[in-house]
Amino acid sequence: MAVDIEKANQQVVERMMEARPVVVGVGKARDVIPGMKDNLLLHAGPPITWDRMAGPVKGAAYGALIFEGMAKDDKEAQALIESGKIEFAPCHHYGSAGPMAGLMSPSMMVYIVEDKVSGRKCFSGLNEGRGKVLRMGAYSPDVIAKLKWMNDVLGPTLDAALKDCGGIDLRALLGKALHMADDGHNRLDAASILYTTQLAPSIVKTAKDTNTAAEVIKFLGDNALSILNPVMAGCKAMCDAGHGVEGSTIVTVMARNGTDFGIRVSGLGDRWFTGPAGKVKALYFPGFTEKDANPDIGDSVITETAGIGGFAMATAPAIVTFIGGVAKDAINTTLDMYEICYTEHKYFTIPFLDFRGTPTGIDIRKVVEKGILPRVNTGVAHKDPGVGQVGAGVVTPPANIFEDALVAFAEKYGYA
Amino acid sequence: MAVIKTEVRAGAYYDSAFLMQLQRSLAGLPGIQDAGVVMGTESNKELLAHINLVSPELQAAKPDDLVIVVRGETEAAALEALGKVDELISQRKSSAPEREMRALSLETADQRFPGAAWTLISVAGRYAAGVARDALRRGKHVFLFSDNVPVEEEIELKKISSEKGLLVMGPDCGTAMIGGIGLGFANKIRKGPIGIVAAAGTGLQHVASRIHQLGSGITYGIGTGGRDLSEKVGATTFRQGIDILSRDPETKVIVLVSKPPAPKVAEEVLQMAKRAGKPVVVSMVSRPVNARRVGNLHFATTMDEAAELAVALVKGVSGKTEDLKLERFASGQRYLRGLFSGGTLAYEAQYILQNYLPKVWANAPLNKENKLPNSFVSQEHTIVDLGEDEFTVGRLHPMMDNELRIRRLMEEANDPSVAVIMLDVVIGFGSHPDPASELAPAIAKAKETAAKAGRYLEVVAVVTGTDEDPQDLNKQIELLKGAGAWVSTSNEEMVSYAGRLLEALNSAEQAGVPAFTPADLSVLQKPLAAINLGLESFAANLEAQEAPVVHVEWRPPAGGNEKLISILEKMKAK
Repeated sequence: MAVDIEKANQQVVERMMEARPVVVGVGKARDVIPGMKDNLLLHAGPPITWDRMAGPVKGAAYGALIFEGMAKDDKEAQALIESGKIEFAPCHHYGSAGPMAGLMSPSMMVYIVEDKVSGRKCFSGLNEGRGKVLRMGAYSPDVIAKLKWMNDVLGPTLDAALKDCGGIDLRALLGKALHMADDGHNRLDAASILYTTQLAPSIVKTAKDTNTAAEVIKFLGDNALSILNPVMAGCKAMCDAGHGVEGSTIVTVMARNGTDFGIRVSGLGDRWFTGPAGKVKALYFPGFTEKDANPDIGDSVITETAGIGGFAMATAPAIVTFIGGVAKDAINTTLDMYEICYTEHKYFTIPFLDFRGTPTGIDIRKVVEKGILPRVNTGVAHKDPGVGQVGAGVVTPPANIFEDALVAFAEKYGYA
Repeated sequence: MAVIKTEVRAGAYYDSAFLMQLQRSLAGLPGIQDAGVVMGTESNKELLAHINLVSPELQAAKPDDLVIVVRGETEAAALEALGKVDELISQRKSSAPEREMRALSLETADQRFPGAAWTLISVAGRYAAGVARDALRRGKHVFLFSDNVPVEEEIELKKISSEKGLLVMGPDCGTAMIGGIGLGFANKIRKGPIGIVAAAGTGLQHVASRIHQLGSGITYGIGTGGRDLSEKVGATTFRQGIDILSRDPETKVIVLVSKPPAPKVAEEVLQMAKRAGKPVVVSMVSRPVNARRVGNLHFATTMDEAAELAVALVKGVSGKTEDLKLERFASGQRYLRGLFSGGTLAYEAQYILQNYLPKVWANAPLNKENKLPNSFVSQEHTIVDLGEDEFTVGRLHPMMDNELRIRRLMEEANDPSVAVIMLDVVIGFGSHPDPASELAPAIAKAKETAAKAGRYLEVVAVVTGTDEDPQDLNKQIELLKGAGAWVSTSNEEMVSYAGRLLEALNSAEQAGVPAFTPADLSVLQKPLAAINLGLESFAANLEAQEAPVVHVEWRPPAGGNEKLISILEKMKAK
């Protein structure tokens, strides 16, 4: 009792902002992620059992087992899973964050992002680009083939290049990208280009031949989400830096598994507060409608948790065309997020708002009192395994998870 | 010997224009010869080398490091400059409401528009007190339009506000006018010298409008909410209002308006108004008016009359207020002794003094509870009619023989609790041929006796007669004044003066610490800027009056969930 909430929160946001994540290399999940096992699959969002798992996560799990050579098709994969030999766990329990289904299997190459302040390492897979991809629940042979190329060619090449250039400082890169109209989550066009150009000389120097170098640079340059996964691991590192401070009401994890939306709060330990993942208000690709959409999914909302993404929309007005709306909506979204955040970011600023820092550190007290929910921009996956992305839009978490967290906080700290 | 100091910050991006600005600011600091603020690229390092800003830290910096190099005349100057970097980085212009102003909560409106000293609250009554409490916590004055606020909440809010020197106008306050700007329901009233405190919304509007129609104007129209003058609430806001207007130099005349008040509270408020130091017009519907004027208080029977009186009084106010020079008196001096020769004058003196003093003893009292037990011994405030039979047995009437009165005068002058001695001097045929020739030396001696004992004795006298009387009115006055007496030919004027003096001496003894923290006048005098929660039209009204305002798109806290609201309130209270 008698905790100083303000002091605790100030400490949390300071740590979050002062963390300095640097992409240092790429390695096999089982070699680099502490605790990773041969029969363990990591997924996005809070913990979930197989029977409640969403279509895209199931599809990605089939794909991952096929990729690992543990099953030859989805039938075998399903049987293997239902035999109980495969364990599932949230990426977040392993210092990781995965977009959409967020599937990470032991042999997959993952980015290693190191917080230079704490030495903490966080992880995320290699981004496959847009369209029919594993993270959206697709697992057809072409999807698996791309994963294999990424593992055999892209990963090692990136690792060598990252080591050659001494790593890529994500905080500096993101700060710059925000000034180039990226939001840091759904719009990473500038950041991906900056990332590619910073890495290109080292790729050319270290790739096993010029064709490989060209292939890798083209892959990175073509994909406007190339940097999404390292950014997510970077945001995870920032948020983890703020986790576990007694008396703090700041949210340090937001994540969805396609069934549940979950949060963790700095002062409430490792407890998840969950509620049903929402329906995304979206624009759909030709041939798809709302009926095809899976509810909200993915760990990428760690970017909003760290103070960018939807929270930084005012600096990325171009994104409103992607979600349907006018530029003013982007401004208002950011202004609304200031209402529920504890502070303004020191390093991520918005030129249009006279270089105000982005809203940073979601405070459960403010969310509950004001009835304003965090705004998340997201892609939409098909609800069935094997199809992939069908659209993109906006969504909010369920209100009850913040209320439940507030009540738990009140009980723990004597405000009930 | 110049000293170069370097700071390297990793992982921070700033655009080059920003860095150039920072560089210019650093170079302009005292004792700094040159400064370079760049990202650590090779070309930037070369650039700095050209102007001899070189250091090992700079050489080691990487392209995404922010490098700050300063060359100071001394090491101290260089270090001091580097110490200022954070301050310079975080320096942001803050002005009136910005272009992109959007507030969904009082918290945000306050953060983005800290200049707003006022909040207008017209949310549903159930939530109004919570919002008002938040506003007070943030140091804002509150205009509380909402009704259906429980009286317990009102008492609590006003306790907080009066401790903080803030106003809570309301709840259920329909109107207020601050610095020429109308809040809530309000008329466009020109600025002028009259200040109003009103526990009556339309009353305030009506009196202010009449004042405007009569060509004058107002400083403040302070609404209090209708319940303020109840015994439960105890006129907290009303008293603050009187205090503000009495201290405000622009306000020359004060008007008090209310619906029927609680009688006890009304009398307390009027006691305070008497000490306002400026004319106060009182218009309290249904309060019986038993005098047109008591000291600085002017009683109006209607609101229209109140407006007219106020406007007329402004013309008569010289600008300076009466100085009673209380400091002349020694502590403990507080009583009146009236020594009259004329019975009617003594009666009227008692009557007028009712407005100033709780009880005056007399040998010939207005009512028998005030009967002096022993006519030869004064107690507390006493008025003695020396023309009564008990004194005239075997001697002449005091209008002809001054001896008895002079002896009593000296007795009273020796009493250390006496502050004022009151006399009447009635001349004309039949009276003493020259009363002042005997009374004046006695007055002088009485004052001298008191002065020797470290006291000040005020002697006031009324002279009844004409300049054609044998004693000559003017000569009598001259003599009395020459002895140091305060002299008038009006009984009312003399008694009122003595009444004000005695009231002040007695209240100064009891006054002590005021029951509230005085509001900061300088805040009230600033052009009004406000945050509006609730009815959007109130914000539009302020905009129409060109007053800066931020409208909050307010929603009930926690969606109205009582349990969550209670948790949040506990967390705020700490």
